[in-house]
Amino acid sequence: MNAMISLRLQQRFALAIAALVAFAAPAGATTIERVVSPGGIEAWLVHEPAVPMIAVDFAFAGGAIQDSPGKAGTANLVASLLDDGVGEYDSKTFHDRLERKAIELNYEAERDTLRGSLRTLTENRDEAFEALRLGLTAARFDPTDVALNRAQIMSTLRRATTNPTEMASLRWWQVAFADHPYGRPVAGTLESVPTITVDDLKDYTRRVLARGNLKIAVVGDIDAETVKAMLDHVFGSLPAEPQLKPVANVTPHGLGRRIVVKLDVPQAVVAFGGLGIARKDPDFMAAYIVNHILGGGSFSSRLYQEVREKRGLAYSVYDSLVWLNHSALFLGGTATRADRTGETLNLIQKEIHRLAEDGPTANELAKAKAYLNGSFALNLDTSSKIAALLVQLQRDGLGIDYFSRRPEMINAVTLEDARRVAKRLLDGGLLVTVAGRPQGVVSTTAD
Amino acid sequence: MPKTLLVALAVAFALPVTARAATGPQVAHFTLNNGLQVVVIPDHRAPVVTHMIWYKVGGADETAGKSGLAHFLEHLMFKGTAQNPGDRFSSTVADIGGQENAFTSDDYTGFFQRVPREHLKEMMAFEADRITGLVLTDAVVRPELNVVLEEQNMRVANNPNSRLSEQMDAALYLNHPYGRPVIGWRPEIEKLTRDDALAFYRRFYTPNNAIVVIAGDVTADEVKADAEATYGKIAPRAEIGPRHRPMEPPQEAPRTVTLADARVEQPSISRIYLAPSRITAKPGESQALEVLAHVLGGGVSGRLYKTLVVDQKLALNAGAYYSSTALDYGKFGIYGVPAPGKTLQDVEAAIDAIIADVTEHGITADELAVAKNRLIADAVYAQDNQATLARWYGAALATGETVDMVRNWPDEIRAVTAEAVRDAARTWCNRRASVTGYLVSSYPAKEKHT
Repeated sequence: MNAMISLRLQQRFALAIAALVAFAAPAGATTIERVVSPGGIEAWLVHEPAVPMIAVDFAFAGGAIQDSPGKAGTANLVASLLDDGVGEYDSKTFHDRLERKAIELNYEAERDTLRGSLRTLTENRDEAFEALRLGLTAARFDPTDVALNRAQIMSTLRRATTNPTEMASLRWWQVAFADHPYGRPVAGTLESVPTITVDDLKDYTRRVLARGNLKIAVVGDIDAETVKAMLDHVFGSLPAEPQLKPVANVTPHGLGRRIVVKLDVPQAVVAFGGLGIARKDPDFMAAYIVNHILGGGSFSSRLYQEVREKRGLAYSVYDSLVWLNHSALFLGGTATRADRTGETLNLIQKEIHRLAEDGPTANELAKAKAYLNGSFALNLDTSSKIAALLVQLQRDGLGIDYFSRRPEMINAVTLEDARRVAKRLLDGGLLVTVAGRPQGVVSTTAD
Repeated sequence: MPKTLLVALAVAFALPVTARAATGPQVAHFTLNNGLQVVVIPDHRAPVVTHMIWYKVGGADETAGKSGLAHFLEHLMFKGTAQNPGDRFSSTVADIGGQENAFTSDDYTGFFQRVPREHLKEMMAFEADRITGLVLTDAVVRPELNVVLEEQNMRVANNPNSRLSEQMDAALYLNHPYGRPVIGWRPEIEKLTRDDALAFYRRFYTPNNAIVVIAGDVTADEVKADAEATYGKIAPRAEIGPRHRPMEPPQEAPRTVTLADARVEQPSISRIYLAPSRITAKPGESQALEVLAHVLGGGVSGRLYKTLVVDQKLALNAGAYYSSTALDYGKFGIYGVPAPGKTLQDVEAAIDAIIADVTEHGITADELAVAKNRLIADAVYAQDNQATLARWYGAALATGETVDMVRNWPDEIRAVTAEAVRDAARTWCNRRASVTGYLVSSYPAKEKHT
């Protein structure tokens, strides 16, 4: 049979992990427990024994932005190697051990974090935790493993050069954050990746993998006492504090510009975005609501209705808030036929302008609040989703009682707030990048 | 290995349809008077529910010349009914914080909502109304056709891997409609009309051709009462005959397909073999293929990766998969991505050597044990995700399986022998019933003008 299952709506992929967390309303069923080990390591725990498995998620602050200048892709290469050769095991032996116990171990570099996740059956938890410890404290970076992972990453980077989605996104970040680490691709470049040495990898892990910049969540068939022992065993021998290079706060450049990346593809891929609102800003929740109304996750958003439903210009059009440690953005995208790209883009800009000028209607605000409150529980139906959410809440410094406070934060947003914040969020101009051979779009020069 | 996507091929892994017999959820199953089947999968960990309806119709049920129609109708199902006009259904889902979507395959078309549990009955009422109540006007159909054409652009035209995959499927099936892309051939999509969609709708959308799967914080008893009060009121409107598609004649020649696209920066090779599906296989055969796929291609521990990537350094990636959930045929697939300086022929020769070895010598007792253990563990992990379970049951039932077949899957995996795996490899890794595809950036000079 055909491998492809054609979905009506593509999954809205987020451009940064922050956007993956759709905050919503309280479920009541999930109890979060703060657990602190004898060694002083904290984790948030949801004890749920219904399924005999455990999920552990964690994040070290300091992802790709801690790559040294000229060495973009270091964090990404480190992440790819933490589950290869570790301790006394070479890569093949280690993978074989994981496979025998069906232990799933993943590491990933993002702009602001190096993240890890573990999934294990309860019966294999001791081996799983040991595998985690070895990766974090005794990665070998064997030359053959480094060579293979580097070659795989180079292959991916070469492929990205003709992928319109990748190119539109890469150019957006490159222009918005020229001269800042956020402008560098997380995976590195064809120039930088070959220059990364084993010393660079070891230096990175020594600087970034520490207890002081670590957030941990545990979900599933495990109690608090077992978690405490695990925390000290797995993370206890990491250095207390990281040695992170200072990173400046930054706002995106190039607002008002349109940039075409020429690529011979039938459909033009568009990335657009502007200055967002910080997670700790008092206006954040109002901005979250405004974004939902503009292009958030339902079939009723303005962009979805105008671009897709009424005119059939695109299959996918979306917008999301992205909050980073050193910046805040709103970022959106679409993919549209080449001959109507200019029209699509003008329509999106018109809708953004209209929302900035007039704000949402009372009805839109009420519906957005209902959605954001009601959808909360959908984030809590798998261990992996809960674990990821709990790590995000800790990174954002929102407090363990956030779930119970969130509805009133949403409900407190007035129409006046929403109008004011729509103007603040959406009136700052857009940087637009288009990959393809679009008609009706002309690159503008730098300001 | 890198977490960025390296696999150069459009490989959709067919997850094993499974649930753990001993400790898995207590799945209930019943049929309403109008012929609609209902499956209930309790999961009380969060106060949410996944509500799905699966119609036993897909791309392979289209009339020749109308490819893409099943998928186009799937899109049009969101355009409203007499009772719930316009976007009232979607707008209600949004108002309660729900998620919704739909999907189409060769054999089925599905629609789902994920909502807080107290809204389940409302969703059932909307979905029941949509079985027969759809209203379509040209004003909504025309823009949607453009949306589908953009979807085709996004999934296929903009993506060389997908372009090759379409050509390979077309070559694999000499006679069966699985050779057509679900999204359709673009020139045929462009000609689809409102009348085409409505005729297809009236023929296939009827309660006696549908399966409702509900997973989440509910009990079978409450679901049964609500299902009777909603779905139970919809009268059947069409007789659904047996699903007989034109079947494959004996396949006698290995095929190769080469797709050149200037955008290809990383060449790759893939092969698909015609294989039985879970429902068409002899007893134990589909399970043996499941184990074989895992032994050959189960991530970085599979034979292909260990041999081609780690030991021989011929490839940057290599793996295998088995798609088992289908009415008429399954598919066994293998792929490889050459390392710099290595050719597609180098990789193909190494793949052939591994296939030859497993065909001749079979797999080891250790490989068998590890693969079984892993496949059964996956069934436990699946219990963590109600939407995954709902999809497994829905896809299985829509392709002719029974609830018991899904439930017994782990036990059947336990029963697989090394001999059965070897025999499955001998029977189904048959070059004469296969297509090998090469993804390259340009054709050799002498072929350019042919």
